[in-house]
Formats: sequence, C-alpha cells, structure tokens
Amino acid sequence: MSQSKKDEILHDHNHDGIDRRGFLKCMAWAGTGALCVMQGGVLKSYSMSRMNEWNAAKMGGELSFAQISDSHMGFNKPANPDVAATLKAAVDKINALSAQPEFLLHTGDISHLAKPDEFDTVDQILKGAVAKDVFFVPGEHDVIGDDGQQYRDRYGKGTKGAGWYSFDKKGVHFIGLVNVVNLKAGGLGNLGGDQLDWLAADVKPLKSSTPIVVFAHIPLWSVYPEWGWGTDDSAQALSYLRKFGSVSVLNGHIHQIMQKVEGNVTFHTAMSTAFPQPQPGKADSPGPMKVPAEQLRSVLGITDVNFVRGQHALAIVDSQLG
Amino acid sequence: MRGKVARIGLAALVIALAAMLTTRGRVGDVGAQEKAPAGAVVKIDNFSFAPAAVTVPVGTTVTWTNRDDIPHTVVSTDDVFKSKALDTDDKFSFVFSRPGTYSYFCSLHPKMTGQIIVQ
Repeated sequence: MSQSKKDEILHDHNHDGIDRRGFLKCMAWAGTGALCVMQGGVLKSYSMSRMNEWNAAKMGGELSFAQISDSHMGFNKPANPDVAATLKAAVDKINALSAQPEFLLHTGDISHLAKPDEFDTVDQILKGAVAKDVFFVPGEHDVIGDDGQQYRDRYGKGTKGAGWYSFDKKGVHFIGLVNVVNLKAGGLGNLGGDQLDWLAADVKPLKSSTPIVVFAHIPLWSVYPEWGWGTDDSAQALSYLRKFGSVSVLNGHIHQIMQKVEGNVTFHTAMSTAFPQPQPGKADSPGPMKVPAEQLRSVLGITDVNFVRGQHALAIVDSQLG
Repeated sequence: MRGKVARIGLAALVIALAAMLTTRGRVGDVGAQEKAPAGAVVKIDNFSFAPAAVTVPVGTTVTWTNRDDIPHTVVSTDDVFKSKALDTDDKFSFVFSRPGTYSYFCSLHPKMTGQIIVQ
C-alpha cells in the first residue's frame, strides 16, 4: 500500500453520516476503525475517533456480540508464523471492549487442517475470553477429511444435518448455516436442499418484525465467484428472509471487510485473525497476502456488533488488532 | 514476457519431438523391451491445476504436488480417487490402470477442476 493511500484512509475522519450512495467510502475506511450503523435501511458511518461523544445507550444497544473469523490455527507461513498469538490478541481486543459482548460468533476456518490439536489450541485461547459462550459454524478447512464429523463432535451438539442451527437472544433470531460441505466440482459454497428446507421451516413461525442475524463461513452473496467467493444457492436462502424488516448476514472466508446493503439485508464479511487475503481480482489467486511483519496486525481484526431495538439499527464495528 | 513465451514454445516443441521419437521408437523396435510408462506430474499453483488436462497411457502414475500456501485436495468427481488434504509441498499419486476420462476437483475450492485422460 502506498504511503499516500495509507494516509488518506488513516486521517479520513470527517465523513459522518454518509448516505447509502456513499457507503463505498465507508467500506474503504471501515478497516481503520469506522462504525457503520443501519438505521431504517440507510447505512450511516461514524468515525472511531469520535466514539467518546456517542450516546452510550444509543450505541451500546440491547444486545452486543463479537465476531471472530478464520483463525486458521496451524497455519505457520508468511505473513503470520504465529496465528495463536494473533488469536490471543483478538481475544484481548474483545475483552477490552467497553460494552462486553454477551457471546462470540466464530464464522469458521477455526483450524487450518482440521487437526485435533489445532482445535484444542483455539478452544484453549477462547477460554481466555470474558464472554463464555461461543457459537461456531465450520469453514472448509474444519471439515477436511471427514466431511465435518470431528467438527460436529466438538462444536455441533444439538445442531441439525451438517451442523446448522438457530437460537434466540433477547428477541434476535440467530441462524448458523453450513455452506462448506458437499461442494460440487466447478461450484461455489453450497447449502443444499435439506438445509434450505430446514431454514424455511425455522423462520416460518417468526414475526416479520423479528431481527434476524445469519452467520455462515463463505459469503452468502456474490463477492467474487471467480475465486469461489459466493454460495450457489444463497439466493434461495435469502428469499425465505424477505419478509423480515432487519436481516444481517455475517460471513468470513475472504479475510477482509466487505459490506453490501440490499433492501433490508446488510451483508458484512469480517477480517481474519490469522492472515489477510487480496482484494478480489487483485492477485493471481486468493492465497495468503504477504505483508511486512509490522503491518500484519493492521490487516487482522475482530468485529463488534450492537443491536438497537426499534431503530432497525445494527451497529457493526470492525477493529484491527494493532 | 516475450522470452517466457519463447521458452514455453521451445519447451512445447521439445515435448512434441520427444513424443514423436517415442512413438517411432515403439513402432520401429518391435522386439525392444518397452519401458514402463513414465509418470505424469500435475502442479497445484495459485489455486489451479497445471496442466488442467493431461493425456496419459494406461498404467501411468500421476502425481500432484501442492505448491500453494493453502491446503488443497484432489478428488475424483466419480469417487475413483481422493487425496487427503495436501499441505504445502505434499504429494498425492494415483495409478490409472483403465482408459477413460477422469474429472477431478479440489473439494475445498471447487472452482479448481482438472481432467486426466487415460488412453
């Protein structure tokens, strides 16, 4: 990254309350600590530097949780030979949040090669989090070799099929989906008919005013199909959620922040805690991006989500590790 | 860039000549002892199989090598062969003892596809 571009993002702290047309600008500097708030279908952004001025009740919301993703425990190559240290740093970052999240979501690629000791290490590090509940969905790395049997034995108690499930917290309905098993040659992420049927039945009894949070590993929107960054049957899944006034979709897999707003649906992808990946099409492949050691923690991070009832508001704050 | 193209062209010519010589040798020397078919190699690089399609004689051992920093798998779409996860520099080999067209992909990154054509 050139120095001028870096400066432009780092010091661009004056764009408060941009409208939907301007949300690309929000995306560009979200990685440096911006806050994006959904209010009545309009995405507004605020600079982290003015955080102290915000009304705590308004921003803190009624429900707060944090998302971590792509810890890739076991990865040991450039640019990150110590992914345990950066996961620990992510947990420290979460523990230091002023409003403690009630629970954590891990959106997959917990491990790099689905080895038992990789999962053990992650479990041990996550025990250091103040928030004790962690909800998982698997990434494709977590289901290597056994179609996810080990993953489900560890994290999938009470889940259906390949490990999908839903739960409610303070009136918000959370849905964890699995789109990394039974992938078809030439295809993208895949939910499959059984899971789609389950999803349709799961949301059917809910009132349209129920806020919905969907989380899954591979993006449920077409980020960059050429690199497999999308899910073949996500449109059908989203069609079941059309009646709801507030739907937030949280994904990982692409190791960078991306946001999109489509009607009442906000899509958001999180940074990895392990290594960055290139922007779509900006490299020969989506392989790990090598960055200088001193820059590594600026491209890794966590996502803090606050829900404010009655305002259709979901505040998503991405914070870098360093 | 031009130099690279020229090298690729030269390499292709050498391979073509070698193939011709091999074929002629077999036809000409009926009594000569035939060597076991040489192995074929597929490299996994930048989330793709190279070459994406390989044509080999029956009995050939094909060996895949993962040169990416990310694990990949080699999985036949018809359940004929299936590797474990290949980490960086890991290899997987399979002997193709029957003619046919074998399509395969990486089960982790299914956009990655390839074919082994056995004649």
